Amino acid sequence: MQSSNVINYDYSVAKLFSYAAILFGIIGMGIGVFIAYQMAFPELNYLAGEYGTFSRLRPLHTSGVIFGFMLSGIFATWYYVGQRVLKVSVAESPFLMFIGKLHFWLYMVVMLVAVVSLFAGVSTSKEYAELEWPLDIGVVVVWVLWGVHMFGLIGIRREKTLYISVWYYIATFLGVAMLYLFNNMEVPTYFVAGMGKWYHSVSMYAGTNDALVQWWYGHNAVAFIFTVAIIAQIYYFLPKESGQPVYSYKLSLLSFWGLMFVYLWAGGHHLIYSTVPDWMQTMGSIFSIVLILPSWGSAINMLLTMKGEWGQLKENPLIKFMVLASTFYMFSTIEGPIQSIKSVNALAHFTDWIPGHVHDGTLGWVGFMTMAAMYHMAPRMFKRELYSKKLMESQFWIQTTGIVLYFSSMWIAGITQGMMWRATDQFGNLSYSFIDTVTVLIPYYVIRATGGLLYLIGFFIFTYNFYKTMTASKAIENEPQHASPMAA
Amino acid sequence: MDMETIRELQAYGYFFFTVFLVLILYGYVYHLYKSEKIGRRNYEKYADIALNDDITDAPVEKIEPIEEQKQKEEQ
Ligand code: HEM
Ligand SMILES: [Fe+2]
Repeated sequence: MQSSNVINYDYSVAKLFSYAAILFGIIGMGIGVFIAYQMAFPELNYLAGEYGTFSRLRPLHTSGVIFGFMLSGIFATWYYVGQRVLKVSVAESPFLMFIGKLHFWLYMVVMLVAVVSLFAGVSTSKEYAELEWPLDIGVVVVWVLWGVHMFGLIGIRREKTLYISVWYYIATFLGVAMLYLFNNMEVPTYFVAGMGKWYHSVSMYAGTNDALVQWWYGHNAVAFIFTVAIIAQIYYFLPKESGQPVYSYKLSLLSFWGLMFVYLWAGGHHLIYSTVPDWMQTMGSIFSIVLILPSWGSAINMLLTMKGEWGQLKENPLIKFMVLASTFYMFSTIEGPIQSIKSVNALAHFTDWIPGHVHDGTLGWVGFMTMAAMYHMAPRMFKRELYSKKLMESQFWIQTTGIVLYFSSMWIAGITQGMMWRATDQFGNLSYSFIDTVTVLIPYYVIRATGGLLYLIGFFIFTYNFYKTMTASKAIENEPQHASPMAA
Repeated sequence: MDMETIRELQAYGYFFFTVFLVLILYGYVYHLYKSEKIGRRNYEKYADIALNDDITDAPVEKIEPIEEQKQKEEQ
């Protein structure tokens, strides 16, 4: 035991958010697998009345994995990494400790009400922004609390320079604050016009403007949550776990500013051949291509960090998870620009190729990085070694197989679908009706759902391993410097 | 202004803006390398912030928390 006047890092909030990430991971991915099977077997829509339909469950899946699983992972890592790279413990400030706990509990309350309201079918119908205005206010409060903690901790730091990860966390905070506020500007109909329930609202923007703001939000949510906050994690966890300094710190700075600048202009790629001005579509398309550079800048920096140390890939499954994550990051950031080319988008838009692309990024990049981060934190948070390396290995291969099944089936499905929609006979009549495409795609939907199921099984293995690490693993005396200790 | 002039101005604007952005990008790269060369800053050492991150490790660049600073001034 250490004497009481020695300061230690305090992981209580990091632990709470890790549990939340696991909980929402199971719920969100579970619902995802279920709705994937609904697409293959439509009868599954009728198991629980209105509550079990695809339309009711789909926003629960997206919100569950994005705002539940991924965001909890981001918060958990902030409450862990933040202290360490700033070299200050939250325990040194009772105020920040209180803010951290308040942040967690309010977040849980908002999430709970959000889940109930989405199940009840209360929705603004804006993708990834379905919550109604009272909940939006709750989200803003939760977000501000996180900011207070972040800037408060920065304010009492001992390390003068902010490590690159902290830059990325700050960008996540500021970026999402801006996006969320502007996209959720809404008019509460009951109070303004006496229409609808007290919690109903309509967007403040109409028509094409609404689409523009919506995709400025949707696209940059990918930028500032799915990308920036995950890069924040890999810049800390990969070097730390492998004991290798970042290959080029200068490149990390350059790609940071590159991402910040370029990402904001690329959102037009979600609205190609829609009613928004043509120049915006072209701009979105061009900036999407340029976006390859800063994206690959970060990813290559990560892979080169492992230069001369590739042996670790064999010995340490955590390294494997993170290297695969950056590889999938490169994969989705080359696939995205390809889909942004106007002629390709004309084929790909509205098809299953888009969810294929989405899940390369989310399952391969976001999911793997989040789980690797939690595996790395667990021995340090609980002072025990990781429970089972073997389980991690099998989890890795099961989930990787799942992702491959997912994207390969969605590529074939998407391109088939796109080709069938546009096929015409020699007189210019459409060759197929919509239902023809549906019947053709069913086998691919089965494969996709099964890929998702494999990923979910892997997530259960992860949960079990994490739980056993907490409760039944061998205690460790000293905190490991680099590679996380694990039992075979 | 007729459409042709507008288009022409747009093209000039587009060209010079692109040149401007390219200059900023390379200017930043130049700034990074120059700073290291003249010894103003060593960026690569910041990578150690992640590796030596124990609370007892010495910070790469120390900052005194304000309160400690105040205490020192009082002494
Ligand atoms: C250079 C980077 C990227 C570019 C240029 C890009 C481009 C695109 C394009 C063109 C679409 C389809 C628009 C449509 O036709 O409907 C799309 C959709 C999407 N992408 Fe990416 N992408 C990139 C990286 C990523 C990454 C890394 C992720 C996740 C981690 C991601 C997540 C998504 C999501 C969630 C959607 C679906 C949006 C919807 O609901 O329609 N993207 N992206
Ligand atoms: Fe996008």
